[in-house]
Parts: sequence; structure tokens; C-alpha cells
Amino acid sequence: MTTSVSEVATKAVIATIVAAHRGRRGALLPILHAIQAELGHVPEETAALLARELNLSRADVHGVISFYHDFRREPPGRTTVRICRAEACQALGSEALVAHARERTGISPGETTADGSLTLEQVFCLGNCALGPAVQVGDRLHGRMDPDRLRAILDEAVSS
Amino acid sequence: MTMPEPTMSGATMPEPKMSEPTMSEPTTPGDTPVTLYVPRDSAARSVGADAVADALLRATARGDRPVELVRNGSRGMLWLETLVEVATPEGRVGYGPVAPSDVEDLLAAGLLDGGDHPLRLGLVEELPWLARQNRVTFARIGVTDPLSTEDYVRHGGLEGLRTALRLPPAEVVDTVTESGLRGRGGAGFPAGVKWKTVAGCADELKFVCCNADEGDSGTFADRMVMEGDPFMLIEGMTIAAHAVGAREGYFYIRSEYPDAVATMRTAIEIARAHNWLGEDILGSGLTFDLHVRVGAGAYICGEETSMLESLEGKRGTVRPKPPIPAVEGLFGKPTVVNNVLTLATVPVILAHGARAYQELGTGRSRGTQVFQLGGNIARGGIVETAFGITLRELLEEYGGGTFSGRPVRTVQVGGPLGAYLPESQFDLPMDYEAFAEAGAMLGHGGLVVFDDTVDMAAQARFAMEFCSVESCGKCTPCRIGSVRGVEVIDRIVAGEDRDDNLAVLEDLCDLMTDGSLCAMGGLTPMPVRSAITHFSDDFLVRDTRGAVHTAHPGGTRTEGTT
Repeated sequence: MTTSVSEVATKAVIATIVAAHRGRRGALLPILHAIQAELGHVPEETAALLARELNLSRADVHGVISFYHDFRREPPGRTTVRICRAEACQALGSEALVAHARERTGISPGETTADGSLTLEQVFCLGNCALGPAVQVGDRLHGRMDPDRLRAILDEAVSS
Repeated sequence: MTMPEPTMSGATMPEPKMSEPTMSEPTTPGDTPVTLYVPRDSAARSVGADAVADALLRATARGDRPVELVRNGSRGMLWLETLVEVATPEGRVGYGPVAPSDVEDLLAAGLLDGGDHPLRLGLVEELPWLARQNRVTFARIGVTDPLSTEDYVRHGGLEGLRTALRLPPAEVVDTVTESGLRGRGGAGFPAGVKWKTVAGCADELKFVCCNADEGDSGTFADRMVMEGDPFMLIEGMTIAAHAVGAREGYFYIRSEYPDAVATMRTAIEIARAHNWLGEDILGSGLTFDLHVRVGAGAYICGEETSMLESLEGKRGTVRPKPPIPAVEGLFGKPTVVNNVLTLATVPVILAHGARAYQELGTGRSRGTQVFQLGGNIARGGIVETAFGITLRELLEEYGGGTFSGRPVRTVQVGGPLGAYLPESQFDLPMDYEAFAEAGAMLGHGGLVVFDDTVDMAAQARFAMEFCSVESCGKCTPCRIGSVRGVEVIDRIVAGEDRDDNLAVLEDLCDLMTDGSLCAMGGLTPMPVRSAITHFSDDFLVRDTRGAVHTAHPGGTRTEGTT
């Protein structure tokens, strides 16, 4: 097995994060969040590294990473657009927004454009149920979304 | 986002009591700045509150009147966001919904003196939508700057904690029990009973956990409490800690709420700096500290035992009960697990007494309920009122009908696991027992309104599909039953052996209800059955709606996620 530069860097990042969280109760989730915040995703080698550092089995760590929707195995696009598909937004046409986004970008929820500019995701409730349909762009919440505004958001993401 | 400092001139004001209906912030002539309020709540920000705030600051910087801009919480009249308020001698005057492009016009019309304008709503406290409510848990939200300790104390903050710290823990538990406060997360379990169990455990290490994994569509009150009055929640947690003998507490907040996470973290730091948390809290000898943990996009972690697993750093799978978390909870230790609204209501109960709270409400549903109007509704938001109001009053008098202007066809009450109610049941009083008798669930009081374009077979299918996506996988009825449920509904709608498949679905619902480990699988049949019972026509083979129904079963009902 060859060790690439990025793997060495990943290893260093993970070691630093583990050191910062050591001693906290139930540290695995905060550690995974910190890794994703730093690296954009949770790389393949994380499970083995964390298992060793935290004295867990690889299966345990892998099980946690794969259980939660938030943890990505691949780097996301530069912009992430999440469309709420829960009931309150369904009642105001969120499915039409999803269809529109598919058509505009050529990708489905859960996918990233080939140029790495945009990741499209679905989400079940953003807590903006009185002002739906709701869409989250990065960490930013948008209410009363309509196809025209969504198109502008998607176009901007794809061109950046 | 930068939060301007709260106006310091307010600190010398006479202290208004929390119960006073109008809390006006007086302005005096001269150099005293005019106080403007623009909410920092993420719902308000989702429709442009930050841009409105920026436009106001830019425009007023050019004028000769000094202005203090306070980023308050939201009043919960969400259809009026962005709601701009200005403090006048008569009280706070509201304007809304304000777009950034309205700002110049508003200032020209004399916004800073409460001047007339088509967007002027009048004195906010007197708006009927708000004035008719009974704001107990939400008393401060929208009124104050959420991160100002001065505001918090001036508006009754810490009174509950100070009272509690003077009492022996057992009396605090008794007060909560006597108040009749029931868990607001959905199950409605008496909070005092839970606390008493934890208090009665001899363990040295105990925990208080706040379930802030508000994953149900149609609910946003927890988020608004965290963003709009975080100290209240910290105060409630601290009272709980004193009552049960815990020294450590956790907030479990879903990752979909980044603003709530940031606000709670900042509030905890401020509380520590003021000795509202930490060692020897307010000189009482109580030591208690709080930590925020962020979920990772798993709906099931709103179930209390999954939440505990997740807090321990594991997969969020459900634990069988018993043992109950009050006896063996986080890391196997006695643990109070309460919802945000439950803990947020504790301070006011301690401050004003169990009786004052108990006198509100009806039957065994005491106190107030925080109803959340969402979905296809004209005037959505927070309606806090005593239990017993009818669904129709909420929909018509508060909600003002649908946003689309079409007739209301159904309302889903209590989240994705709650029943779809038809118009004939809109006169049900909103209390736990009346809903249970009608085969529905009040739950947390979230309402999602649908107009007459809704396809109820699609909603039933979505309920099963959601369960299949979000099931933790531990028990078979939920994990497999939900997948079979989607398939059977597809066959029914496609007209394949309709009667036989309806019988299969009925049987499957029985099995999921009886055999699932938790409410996820156990209650998913509720929306499904209510849709079939009340809207059976939607489950016929569709010719009239123009939908394709032969080649790809389910193909046009677009909630398919894979």
C-alpha cells in the first residue's frame, strides 16, 4: 500500500482532532463532525484511524459513520443546496422544486455535479414550516422558495 | 452576522412585571437613540431579515437620529416576517412584512416615530393574533434580545431558578408534579413523575438531557425557543439538575438547526461568565454545567433512547424499555430526558407557582400548549394558548385558511406520525385525551395544513417511505414493514387486487403498531390508516386526476427518494 500526501495530511488532521476531544464523554460524534468540518467529508481511512485512537473496533466506527445521513464519504460540491421534502413543504409544492432542480442541474438529490460546483440534497424538515417551501444553501435558510429563485440559486452555484 | 449590543439606556428603566400585557420601551427626546427591532430568528432571516436590518442601519446612518438596532427573537407571527418594530412612548409599533426595498419608504413615512404607512400594523402587543394568546413559555420571545442577560433578568428571567434554589429538591419536584406539566415532546408523560424517579436514584452521577432533536415536520417551537430565549432553557435545565441531583447536562440539537446550535453555545458561555452555570451557581452551592451536542441527520434520534445512544457516540438505535432512562439512561446512569418546551416551561412554573399554571387548561391537559401552524396556511406561526381550543379555531381564526387560497382538505396533527384529520373532525378540542379518543394524536401540537390538491394516497405512501428511510433498523416490523407498506400502497393505487391488498395493509399496520419497539414503527400506521379511513377515494385507481397509473406504480407520486 502506498501512502499519499493527502493520506498523511488526513492522518495529522484526525490526530489533532482526537487529541482535542479526548476525555469528553461519548466523543465519537463530535470527532466525526469536526473531521467533516475540517476535510469536507469523512475519508475512507477514518474508521481504521479512529478505531485505533479510541480503542473501538473498526466495525463500531464504521457502523456509526454509516448510520448518520450527515457524514459524507465523498467531498461535497462547493455549494450544497438542500431542499426540504417533509410534509409542511410538500403542502406547498416542494416536490415541484425537486423536479425543477433535477431538470436544471441534471443531478438528483444526493449527487454532485461533475465539475464539483454543486451538491443537491434532500432534507426532512428545516424548522421553517410556516414559511415553506424551505431550502438551505450552505448553512443559510431560505423560505417561501419558488422555482425562479431556486433557479437563480442553482445557476449561481454552478457558475461559481 | 454581527449582533448589535442591546440599548443600555433600557437598563435604567423601571422594572415592568412579566405579567403586564404591554411592555413599552420609552423613548425620550434628545440624543437617546430610537430602538428598532429586527428579528434574528432563522425563519425571519429566511425571508430577508438580515437584509432589512442592513438597509435600516445604512439608511439611518445617513440621518440625524441615532438608532439602536436590536436583533430580537421572533414574535411567532411568521407570515409578518420581516416584522420591524420601533419603540415609541405608546409602546412598540410594528411594520410588516417588510422587504429591504421598503426601508427608504418606511423611513420617509416616519418609521422612527411610529408613523403611518401601508405596512404599519399598530401596537404589536395589541394585535388580535397575539393579544388573544396566552403566552407563558413564549412570554419573552420576540420581546427581548435573546443573548442579553439584562433583558432576560428585566423580563422575569432567573426568578424561577432563584425560587428553586431556595427550596429543597423534593419540593421542586413536587411543584412540577402539582403543576400538571406534561412532556411536550409528544408523549405527554407527566414531567414531575419522571423527575421523582431520577431524584430517587442513589447514584452519584446523574444527567439532565434536553431533547432538541425537533425532527417532525410542522414543528419549529423548539428552534424558536433556542434562538429566541436560550437562557430560559438553561434556567429550566439548571432547575431540573437541582431537583434531581445532577451535575452535568446535555443539549442534543439537530444539525439542521445551525443557528440554534450557535445561539445555545453562545448563551451557555455567557451563562458561565455570569455564574448562572458552573460551580456554586448564584451562591447556592449547586454545581452544574451544560454541553451542546449536535445530531447528524437521523430522525430517529428524537426518540429518547436513540438520542441517548447517539449522545454516547453510537449508532442511534432504539433501546428496549425497561429499563427506563430515568433509572438507566445516559452511560447507564439515571437521566432526565425532557423536550425543549418542557424544560423551557419549568422556570415560569417555579416563579409563579404550580397553581397558576395548573389553573390553565382542561381535564388532564393542564397549562398551555404551543401550537405550531405550518404547511399550506395563510398566517402560520406560534399560537400559545390553553388546551381545549378547537382545531377549527386555530385554522380559521388564527391561520386564516390556506396560503394557496384553496379550501383546506386535511390537517396532519402531531408530526409525521400523527393522523390526517378530515374537515368533519375540525371541531375536536385540542387536548391529549380528546385526540386519543378520536384515534389521533395531539403530540407536540404541530399542525400541517393541506389544500384540496393533496393526494392522500401519496401522503400515506410517504409516511411508509419516510419510516423505511429513517428506521433505525433494530426491530423488524418497522424496518421491513415500512418497505412492504410502500409496495402494498403502490399495488392498491395501481388497482392490483385492491381489496386483498387493503386487507394486507390493514394487517401490516396492526403488526407495526403492536410489534415495533418504539413510536417510529408503532405510529407510522396512524397517518396511513387515517388517510385510508377518511379519504378512501384517493386510494382508487386514478383516472380522474389524470395521473399515470399502469406502467410505473407510484411513478407519478413523486415522494420516491431512490
